[in-house]
Amino acid sequence: MNQRSRLSLVVVQIFVVTLMVALMGRLFYLQVAAGPKYKDAALSIQSRDVISPATRGLIVDSSGVPLALNRVGLAITADRIALDSQSDNGVAVLGRVSRLLKLSYSDVFRKTRLCGELPKNQKAGCWTGSRYQPIPITKEATPDIALQVVERSDEYPGIDATPVALRNYPGNAGINAAHLLGYVGPVTEADLASEKKYFRSESVGKTGLEVQYDQYLRGTPGIRTVIVDRKEAITRESQNSQPVPGNHLITSVDSRLQSSVENALADAVRRAKAMGRKADSGAAIVMDVNTGQILAMASYPTYDPNSWEKGLTFEQAAALFSEETGVPALSRPLQGLFAPASTFKSVSVVAAAAAGYDLNKSYDCPAQVQVGTRAFQNFESKAQGRISLKRGIAVSCDTLWYQIAFDEWLRDGGLKPKSDANDYFYSAARGFQVNQKTGIDLPSESTGRVPDRQWRKDWYAQNKNFYCDYKNRASAAQQTPFLVELARENCLDGDKIRAGDAVNFAIGQGDVVLTPLKLTQMYAAIANGGKILQPTVGKAIVKTDGTIIKKITGKTLGSIPASKATINFLHLALREVVTAGTAAGAFSGFPIAVSGKTGTAEVFGKNANGSKKDNTAWFASYAPSEKPEYAVVMMVSQGGFGASTSAVGVRKIYETLFGVKGSRVDATKAIFPNGKPPTDLPKISPATKVKGS
Amino acid sequence: MSLNNRNLYRKKARGSIFQGFDPILTGAVVALLIMGTLLVYAGTRDWYAANGLDPQYYLKRHVINILIGALLAWGTTVIDYRLLRAYTPIVWAAGVLGLIAVLIPAFGSTVNGAKAWISLPGGFQIQPAELAKISIIVGISMVLSERTHDSNEPSSSDVIQALLIAGIPVIFILLQPDMGTIFIISASVVTIIAVSGAPTKWVVGLLLVAAIGATGAAKLGVISDYQVKRLQSFVDPNADTQGSGYQLRQARITVGSGGLLGTGLFNGPQTNGRFVPEQQTDFIFTVAGEEIGFMGSGLILILLTIILIRGFTIARRTSDPYGRLVATGIIAWFAFQIFENIGMTLGLMPMTGVPLPFISYGGSSMFANLIGFGLLQNVHARHLA
Repeated sequence: MNQRSRLSLVVVQIFVVTLMVALMGRLFYLQVAAGPKYKDAALSIQSRDVISPATRGLIVDSSGVPLALNRVGLAITADRIALDSQSDNGVAVLGRVSRLLKLSYSDVFRKTRLCGELPKNQKAGCWTGSRYQPIPITKEATPDIALQVVERSDEYPGIDATPVALRNYPGNAGINAAHLLGYVGPVTEADLASEKKYFRSESVGKTGLEVQYDQYLRGTPGIRTVIVDRKEAITRESQNSQPVPGNHLITSVDSRLQSSVENALADAVRRAKAMGRKADSGAAIVMDVNTGQILAMASYPTYDPNSWEKGLTFEQAAALFSEETGVPALSRPLQGLFAPASTFKSVSVVAAAAAGYDLNKSYDCPAQVQVGTRAFQNFESKAQGRISLKRGIAVSCDTLWYQIAFDEWLRDGGLKPKSDANDYFYSAARGFQVNQKTGIDLPSESTGRVPDRQWRKDWYAQNKNFYCDYKNRASAAQQTPFLVELARENCLDGDKIRAGDAVNFAIGQGDVVLTPLKLTQMYAAIANGGKILQPTVGKAIVKTDGTIIKKITGKTLGSIPASKATINFLHLALREVVTAGTAAGAFSGFPIAVSGKTGTAEVFGKNANGSKKDNTAWFASYAPSEKPEYAVVMMVSQGGFGASTSAVGVRKIYETLFGVKGSRVDATKAIFPNGKPPTDLPKISPATKVKGS
Repeated sequence: MSLNNRNLYRKKARGSIFQGFDPILTGAVVALLIMGTLLVYAGTRDWYAANGLDPQYYLKRHVINILIGALLAWGTTVIDYRLLRAYTPIVWAAGVLGLIAVLIPAFGSTVNGAKAWISLPGGFQIQPAELAKISIIVGISMVLSERTHDSNEPSSSDVIQALLIAGIPVIFILLQPDMGTIFIISASVVTIIAVSGAPTKWVVGLLLVAAIGATGAAKLGVISDYQVKRLQSFVDPNADTQGSGYQLRQARITVGSGGLLGTGLFNGPQTNGRFVPEQQTDFIFTVAGEEIGFMGSGLILILLTIILIRGFTIARRTSDPYGRLVATGIIAWFAFQIFENIGMTLGLMPMTGVPLPFISYGGSSMFANLIGFGLLQNVHARHLA
């Protein structure tokens, strides 16, 4: 062997040994260094979890009457393993099922597909669970259909009928409470990606109490983990845990009161409509002024809370969010933002007291007040002469407030504000926490707005480009002389509080908005001597055997910035509103002492049909005046006068609350016969009946 | 010391049917055959049972293949390979004929996009390309070791002759197409030419041509779609979840999930769930990776390395140039096929369908491997320097 051959052989040998060492290194990396990672990957390839949902906990009212429970429905289910092994992949069988259930074939097909199996835009109705569990095509089959499926199994191979638990809102005492309770639905991809431990095919809370207390209500589903092969056939079972039922939620709501509040709100809307108002939406709330507990809460328009479990059609789902139908999905009490109008004068009283105005003095209430270059009219341009401040509240004089607010605005420097401006009105509003959430235990609450100096600066920074280039940026419909002038003004000094802004704020108009729930919280604070309470709907979470898991109590969030004297003044003034003021008509002859304030908010803008928007009708109140227990607020958007539309509605609510018939009180008919909502927790039973029915 | 040992073997072996058997080489091969048998069984048992078939179907056939291969190995060990040298032209021509037959539709059958098999009656198939490897190795070894002139080294014309001998069968394999086998043959041919002492320019030139050819083939589309796909999925295994990328990913996961000790033979859920295809043939190393872990599959690598190093020792020690080149060719063939197969399983090499020597199920490949083993023994026994 010559030298070159020998050298070549050595080089080749080194090369080959290097290759083998490379393989060994790679093998070491895959199996030892990265082994755990690949073990996990392999497990996710082989294992499939089959989820048996836990029984969801009940939601009951304060006396134990079920608001949400579980009903047994008859599900027609498909076994995908069986269908897929049929020669046509189950097409013929699913066709027969669709005819039997009177559904379209494509609906049935989609309902039996895993979401990953369908193209991107055609996933609606897909099954979020796994293929190893029965996939429900409907949960509301009639016994007749279920029998057909079971008895003619040769015609329906792979199809079965089985009883399933359905979430059901029984509507005891005729309640709807859709916005309060919410609804449940299938887990979404987003839920699965979240940190909460959700499982596919589980039902989870979507809105309302169902989502707020989902972690308690849901329970723990049973999990059966199976190991499958490449053909997805089960080779063995690796883990099996039993479902643990969810806990129950006891709320402070009373079904009978809730029903009455819903009816009173619907009635107020009806009356407003009868008077030619649009009355497109409304809210009504009853709150315990001493605890913050919500005793009833209604939103108009509403929807059937059971419609989700029945399976919404596309049109039904669209209608829930459509402007034309008034967006029934929106919960007005805590998501709707409205100008509070004259109900806000309670805040202005606190501001005036802080600014040093004598609450017991008299003030002028002319037909109009000149504010800078503009004349601001009293409500319906009525002149009342010189009246006491209390009387001014009772008859809801606006000009009195224009004068005070204008004076204070000038004192703060007008358009050249002092750096240490007092801003009594804005700080009073902030003291009432108008610009904060109430903190209620319900999701998606809106935050009110106090249009103070900072807010105006922020607003201007965002909008000045639009207003300073209004001719080019605004639509043709927005080019009216008034709007063009407004835009010019906004461009010029939109970052400053103008006299008009200041005086409008004092009567709850202009840019100030809040939710009906916020106003309820504010009036409850006035009623209870100043404490701002966090409203709560939930009272306690209990196990089936009654063991308390968690007591839910609202926090005291602060107190309103008012002295005892100011609060006493407000008590007297708000009582006079009902005895001899704007609400006297609505409450004439009412045997229980009620205090409150009407509000009629002008709304700028137009409806879709071009008509001018009607006023927002408010009535915010509490009772009994001498020892307040309940705050009741009703709001009807585009409902007309607060004094008629809403105050009358609130009277009906008090009638139920106190057991009033005409001008007589029948204490035994009162919702809470001893004058207070119950503090004891009821026993939980799905069979608990409404009292007196 | 080592000299004494060698003499000892020769004395002991002479005249018996075990004449010339190298205990290290033989021990490594037997150990691999046993492990391979167990792995083939583990890779097919559950799946066949689950589908209502004979769970020992592959086991039985694999054992038969080994027995036939052992006979072939024994035959190639005991005959004087110089006799084989005389028959080299016939062996070569038979190999080429087999490759042509594969391309004729009446004989050939297509598996995984390649016409690589001849179907025989009774459900048997043979893969001529496996046996063609031996034809090529003995063919060019003969040309490069014949000395017709004074020089002790092959001339350029010898090299050209050798390239023709290798090139003709390679063209037919290219038509199947079987890129894995072409890679292995090319690497072996270049190795034999280098070790033959041929002019350096040829060695360097051939390496360049091989490199250019590989890139050019991919660009010009000589490589068919399914091969490009396999190559692409090598670059990005997540691109194609059900095709070849899926297979490479599954293979890597299966090997990785075995960890240090493995799940135990017959207990691999990935293997038993058959998430990796072809796991008794091309992807057999995944079964080892999952079920016997790093300890077991590392042992396979060590045994294979022992065979290769032992082969190099045999090539270095033989005095006969022809025997040295045959031994070198066989070692190069084994080495590159091992690297291609395990490298593919571990994600180091693109996906091509070549079996793992001495382990994978497959008659033709088992016969070729054991014939190669026999030839190594033969060279070892007869031509010690």
